[in-house]
Amino acid sequence: MIGGKTIRVWIPAALCALWVVVAATGSWLPLAPNEIHLDRILLPPSSQGLLGYDDLGRAILDRLALGAQTSFLVAAWVVTLSLLIGTTIGAVSGYVGGWVDHVVVRIIDVLLAFPGILLAIALAGVLGPGIDNVVIALSAVGWVGFARLARAQVLAQRQREHVLAAYALGAPARRILFVHVVPMILAPLIVEGTFAVAGVVIAEAGLSYLGLGVQPPEASWGSMIRDGARYMLVAPHMVLAPGVALMLVVLAVNLLGDQLRDYLDVRTRGEMQSAGA
Amino acid sequence: MIGFFLTRLFSALLVVFGVTLIVFLLLHLVPGDPVEVMLGEMAQPADREALRHALGLDLPLWQQVLNSFGQLLRFDFGQSLFTKQPIVEMLAERIPATVQLALAGLAVALVLAFPLGILAALNRGSRWDYGAMTFSLLGVSIPNFWMGPLLILFFSVMLGWFPVSGKEGFASLVLPALTLGTALAAILSRMIRATLIEVLGEDYIRTARAKGMSEAVVILRHALRNALLPTITLIGLQLGTLLAGAVITEAVFSWPGLGQLTIDSIHRRDYPVVQACILLISVTYVVVNTLTDLVYGWLDPRIRLAGRAS
Repeated sequence: MIGGKTIRVWIPAALCALWVVVAATGSWLPLAPNEIHLDRILLPPSSQGLLGYDDLGRAILDRLALGAQTSFLVAAWVVTLSLLIGTTIGAVSGYVGGWVDHVVVRIIDVLLAFPGILLAIALAGVLGPGIDNVVIALSAVGWVGFARLARAQVLAQRQREHVLAAYALGAPARRILFVHVVPMILAPLIVEGTFAVAGVVIAEAGLSYLGLGVQPPEASWGSMIRDGARYMLVAPHMVLAPGVALMLVVLAVNLLGDQLRDYLDVRTRGEMQSAGA
Repeated sequence: MIGFFLTRLFSALLVVFGVTLIVFLLLHLVPGDPVEVMLGEMAQPADREALRHALGLDLPLWQQVLNSFGQLLRFDFGQSLFTKQPIVEMLAERIPATVQLALAGLAVALVLAFPLGILAALNRGSRWDYGAMTFSLLGVSIPNFWMGPLLILFFSVMLGWFPVSGKEGFASLVLPALTLGTALAAILSRMIRATLIEVLGEDYIRTARAKGMSEAVVILRHALRNALLPTITLIGLQLGTLLAGAVITEAVFSWPGLGQLTIDSIHRRDYPVVQACILLISVTYVVVNTLTDLVYGWLDPRIRLAGRAS
């Protein structure tokens, strides 16, 4: 579809690597995201400040790096939590079956009945602002997709020969599930997890845009876009820089996800990705 | 047939029941005492008790749950803590703007997605295909809250064609509808391309061409019609994305709809209004999804038969 391995693999991989490295090493880099320069308020990009300065005279490049940390931290936590909780609930539900499965399916149905990011907005709004509550709100919504996927996959796997053999040998249910079944369903879950990273990055920025995410002086690309929108007439660089960063990371993760899916030959594609639209 | 409808309706009712329960429980997730959070620490004890009583928080939990279902059935959500207006009136004021925006966004999505998806499918592997799929990838990767400011920057600030925000006349609807519709168009055009490519490989298409039918008739009558079914379902399912996207889009453009009311009420800690908004949007979504399901079952008998078999 898109020509060249460079565009499809290497550029996205490099962008993701940059994102992760900045997020991981950000606190050791010589950054001053909260340093206020009153003489540089709203200055456009120049050799002095690569991406210009914001309405308080803070360097936008440094704040972008701080925003990268926020988005990476939230994405890593939310996707890890959702993957663990969702896979466990979905796999156990699909394997055990019976009334447990019935209840879990109903709960999944109800949670999927909230459109997109709406429930996360409500949860974050009620719990109050802050990065912890963003993680809680997005995980509370995020596990559902993994649970549904894991359940469907387990249902498909549980009649396979090696699983029946383990059962016939008298292996306990827990061992069958986590040693013989779950490893077989990891590929689609990992692909779903990759797309979920993109979804969570957008969702975190969305919550912060609405003022429900991290609070000042912490930075999120979403809150930077919101602040920038107020000065669009005089300083468009304030809204452009964080938006481009956000878009590049999401594009890169989505492209890598596509590659990973083709490589692992997984056909199912979850809805996490559209959650942040 | 009737069995299929009844099963779907019953499970929709169960979902609405569950959604109501979750929205009700939201208030209990407020850290600390929700009454204190809403009124502030300095409120008089008498005011607190009055609010606690008005919200029914002094009742046992099971009675509160029952009350909230009763309220839903009577469309009575109490009154706003902030404006003292009945919440039903506030919702009724905001619904037209959101419906208008959602419909306009849907129209934008359809107008963009069909030509793009068809062009891409007919010219598979060409520049058109490449362009359409790049648009699709960008549309999925650019969030509404950045797309909005970009459009404002270009069309309102630089070109001066449309107002920056607010709701005054048709011109003010253009940018919010574009913002909302693009993301959906991205998803839809991909779907249309994929299903059309699949359908174009079918035997009956080759037969139609062999009969000497014009290419336009083959595409429009034979291929597109069959590709439409999955697309209709997707539109129904994506209505949730549209509604949730509307919440953010309304915030970007100060569009006076339900989404903005939700966000404003969260910031004012007017939780009864927040609950009512979330409930209304979610229940609408469930109703639309159920209708999509029913229409799909009606259009395609294979679906309802499969439902009976399981």
